[in-house]
Amino acid sequence: MAMLERLRGHLAYQGALLAVAALLTSGALALAAKATGPAIEAAAAEDLKQSLTQVLPGQYDNDLLDDKVVLPGPDGEVTVYRARQAGRVVAVVFEVAGRGYAGPVVSMLGVDRDGRILGVRVIAHRETPGLGDKIEPAKDRWIHAFAGKSLGAPPADRFAVKKDGGVFDQFAGATITPRAVVNSVKGGLAFFGREKARLLDEEVKS
Amino acid sequence: MTDYARITRDGLWDNNVVFAQMLALCPTLAVTGTASNGLGMGLASTAVLVVSNVVISAIRHLVSPEVRIPVYIVVIATLVTLVDMALNAWLHELYKVLGLFIALIVVNCAILGRAESFAARNAVLPSALDGLMMGLGFTAALVVLGGVREVLGSGTLFAQAHLLLGEAFAFLELTVIPGYKGYLMMILPPGGFLALGFLLAGKRVLDRRRAERAARLATAPAVA
Repeated sequence: MAMLERLRGHLAYQGALLAVAALLTSGALALAAKATGPAIEAAAAEDLKQSLTQVLPGQYDNDLLDDKVVLPGPDGEVTVYRARQAGRVVAVVFEVAGRGYAGPVVSMLGVDRDGRILGVRVIAHRETPGLGDKIEPAKDRWIHAFAGKSLGAPPADRFAVKKDGGVFDQFAGATITPRAVVNSVKGGLAFFGREKARLLDEEVKS
Repeated sequence: MTDYARITRDGLWDNNVVFAQMLALCPTLAVTGTASNGLGMGLASTAVLVVSNVVISAIRHLVSPEVRIPVYIVVIATLVTLVDMALNAWLHELYKVLGLFIALIVVNCAILGRAESFAARNAVLPSALDGLMMGLGFTAALVVLGGVREVLGSGTLFAQAHLLLGEAFAFLELTVIPGYKGYLMMILPPGGFLALGFLLAGKRVLDRRRAERAARLATAPAVA
């Protein structure tokens, strides 16, 4: 102990201690990243698949994760997953994002080939717990209001939260969050309308 | 000889992280909109606190006082990241609920506080107990604060507890005030400060009453 006491006073000991501490901890982190990496990736893929199937209530017979196209969208590239039945695209699923109260609100949007919404699920957000997080289906039924709507019904100018003269409810104390979701879904439908031919991939593979 | 009863009392009441040391107020106010959130944050912090106290107590003879703070911070940040990765990989469902809170644990100064004031000076076993008791005291404070804010703010108690604890605990979810319209301020940060202020005042009153009673009991025989 006495020798350790003497050693601890040296400047070199302190530098070495910091170096060893940094080395050991980053080593531990690297090992952990290696050990958990595949499991985390698998969980993320499982999550993606789950959020895809949640907004796709209908029938399809292909592997969604395999059938995707990447198209230029309103802000950056959009990866679109396509659900097929006997080779024909029956629905598409893609991510849309809006600016929420505390950062982007990312949703998964499912649209059938006529442009009707099959379902919307928020998959990532940082909104205020207890207020803005009512966009999660586990906490409120609000997100289910989208199903069946399209960019003609309700008319485009009423595709907004009630505060903006639209048909969708906002939450008490949180307008920005539902507005972000509604507007991002509206943008997604417009994107679908523009890219419809390419998304539906009309040359039928038989 | 370390007094384990003293450590337990200190952690749970006398030296409670929130109500006495007034540490970790940032995560405290941020997550206590509901009792369930408070519980999740409290349990995750407790786990990190126990492990960090054990590790820091184990290396306390090696760490020189001049560089102890960076070493502790690196150790704590690593532990939090490890917990974050492990939960994400192997307890993914729980991670989806707690994920938000885990990153916040790094900024919980109570963990560095316990490392500095207890684990760096005591043996491993008392340090582990200190971490556990401080963590449980912190958890209790968060649940009480979250409960008060939740009842006043939205009229429920332990809403969505099943997301955190599993379906078996769905019975915890109570609607305290049926048909309550909600009192938004209690859920927003100002409500957190208000509730915390009243709870702090309440604890002071209780402590003073107890001290007065103890003083009366001590002097009574002398007068008689």
